[in-house]
Amino acid sequence: MLNSTALIVFIVLFAFVTVLGFIAAHWRRGDLNLLHEWGLGGRRFGTIVTWFLLGGDLYTAYTFIAVPALVFGAGAIGFFAMPYTIVVYPLVFLFMPRLWAVCRKHGYVTPSDFVRGRYDSHLLALLVALTGILATMPYIALQLVGIEVVLAAMGITGDWPLIIAFVILAAYTYFSGLRAPALIALVKDALIYITVIVAIIAVPIYISSHTGGSGNVLDGYKVIFSKVPPAKLFLSSSSSSAVGYLAFSTLALGSALALFMYPHSITGVLASNSGRVIRRNAALLPAYSFILGLIALFGFMALVAGVKPNKAFGAQWAVPGLFVQVFPSWFQGFGFAAIAIGALVPASIMSIAAANLFTRNIYKEYFRPNASDREEATTSKLVSLLVKAGALLFIILLPATYAINFQLLGGVWILQTFPAIVFGLYTRWFHRWALIIGWLVGMASGTWMAYVTPQKGVPNSHFGSSTYMLHLFGHVFAGYAALYAFILNVALAIVLSLVFNLVHLPAGKDQTADADFTDEAPVPVVAEAAS
Amino acid sequence: MENGSVERHGARRLWYLLLLVPFIATLWVPFYAGPDPKLGGIPFFYWYQFLWVILSAVLTAVVYFATK
Repeated sequence: MLNSTALIVFIVLFAFVTVLGFIAAHWRRGDLNLLHEWGLGGRRFGTIVTWFLLGGDLYTAYTFIAVPALVFGAGAIGFFAMPYTIVVYPLVFLFMPRLWAVCRKHGYVTPSDFVRGRYDSHLLALLVALTGILATMPYIALQLVGIEVVLAAMGITGDWPLIIAFVILAAYTYFSGLRAPALIALVKDALIYITVIVAIIAVPIYISSHTGGSGNVLDGYKVIFSKVPPAKLFLSSSSSSAVGYLAFSTLALGSALALFMYPHSITGVLASNSGRVIRRNAALLPAYSFILGLIALFGFMALVAGVKPNKAFGAQWAVPGLFVQVFPSWFQGFGFAAIAIGALVPASIMSIAAANLFTRNIYKEYFRPNASDREEATTSKLVSLLVKAGALLFIILLPATYAINFQLLGGVWILQTFPAIVFGLYTRWFHRWALIIGWLVGMASGTWMAYVTPQKGVPNSHFGSSTYMLHLFGHVFAGYAALYAFILNVALAIVLSLVFNLVHLPAGKDQTADADFTDEAPVPVVAEAAS
Repeated sequence: MENGSVERHGARRLWYLLLLVPFIATLWVPFYAGPDPKLGGIPFFYWYQFLWVILSAVLTAVVYFATK
């Protein structure tokens, strides 16, 4: 059933950001034929733009659909998103200004550029680049799923609307580069904030008045929390439970360590104009985590409001279903536009990040070592189109479960690049070959753990969840597969580095110097002496 | 002179320890997994997490200003 009022509001907002995407090419004008201008916005973004850009980049449409869906379907475990997005920022505060500084100093555009310079290893850099591209592709595809769900909620089905949306996205990303999602992120976040603030007031009122209550907001929250069954409302204390404490905290920690290894996160960080901007944002970005927590609550709200899982989208229907049930048509269109535009911003940044990796670390490295700046930028623009076309085909030709499985694996995979990137920011002690072998074992074991985990109630099925039942010393520890694989990876990297350094296996030449990693001016010696 | 700057650098690094607090507070789940004390009908498990989003941001800001 077509909801034309909602659709009109949706189309108007969508058209508005499209125009904005093309205008963005002229914003803080730079030569878009240079890769760092097109792909990093000229590394010129200050505190506020970086806040919007990273907020728009990290809190994606898929998050807004998937987190409440998990809460709706599985309950409290879905709230791992909160500790995850709490502990990620102290990490960002410590690590990312160092990465920014060294990349700025040496003109690195991707994390692989840094790895290559630091360890003098083509192979390690290639592995980091391939992992990044592989982890990003399904993530882009899932943004499309986010758009698909909200379109379906307005009564639009079929592939063509999705194709139109992606052609538009591809066009302005091609022309404006990172400036487009940066500018659109401002609108996206405004829409999301408004939608969430209205919903956390309107939905409890709706629920309270439909359950014979007084119809006030606080009463609504009492009703919501009293009507969710306790098994869903709280975690299990058993370490072998997939919804237990251990699963919860390993998911949170593993995801936090992984988040800023994703190419699109690093692209957002490298686009800022100073380490100070990154540190400030580590204190300011939790505002989005607060909003994410409220969005997670939508899962319980949908449950209590009686939203039923949809045949085509399952639990992912929770948020759209809730909106359709509670909101007037025009505001449905507003909220759905917020989600769809929330898909465009990260999809654009992800395609840019993947394209930069391909151009810098595969194309230039192996095919055209003498490529000019201009050729680099042109290649990256074209590859960003290819990446998006690939994601589109992925969604149109294969069932959505493929993209979900791959994205699950993407999280497992990307965490395995952490040792090479983050340890490398502090020490050169780790040996490149130890990191390569650690990566290999981490990738293989993590993939295997995800593969052998069956879907709930379906024996012998695969990729059921990212929570692996680790059998150790007669106990079962249900925890995030990515983190288990990561521990194995790090342990191997340490032991092998010890051995390789002991036998003086050639470690290659380090392009970087200790001073390259600090972004602050050295302590003024004269002032010290005077005081 | 050289010593002074090294010591100051060391003292600044101590501030970074504050960044560990959110990890302990949110990753040790048994600490806050229960329903009580409730806040306006909201179980402890939920409002505690929202509270820590704010507290962790405040701690990060403190470290930012102390090490600036």
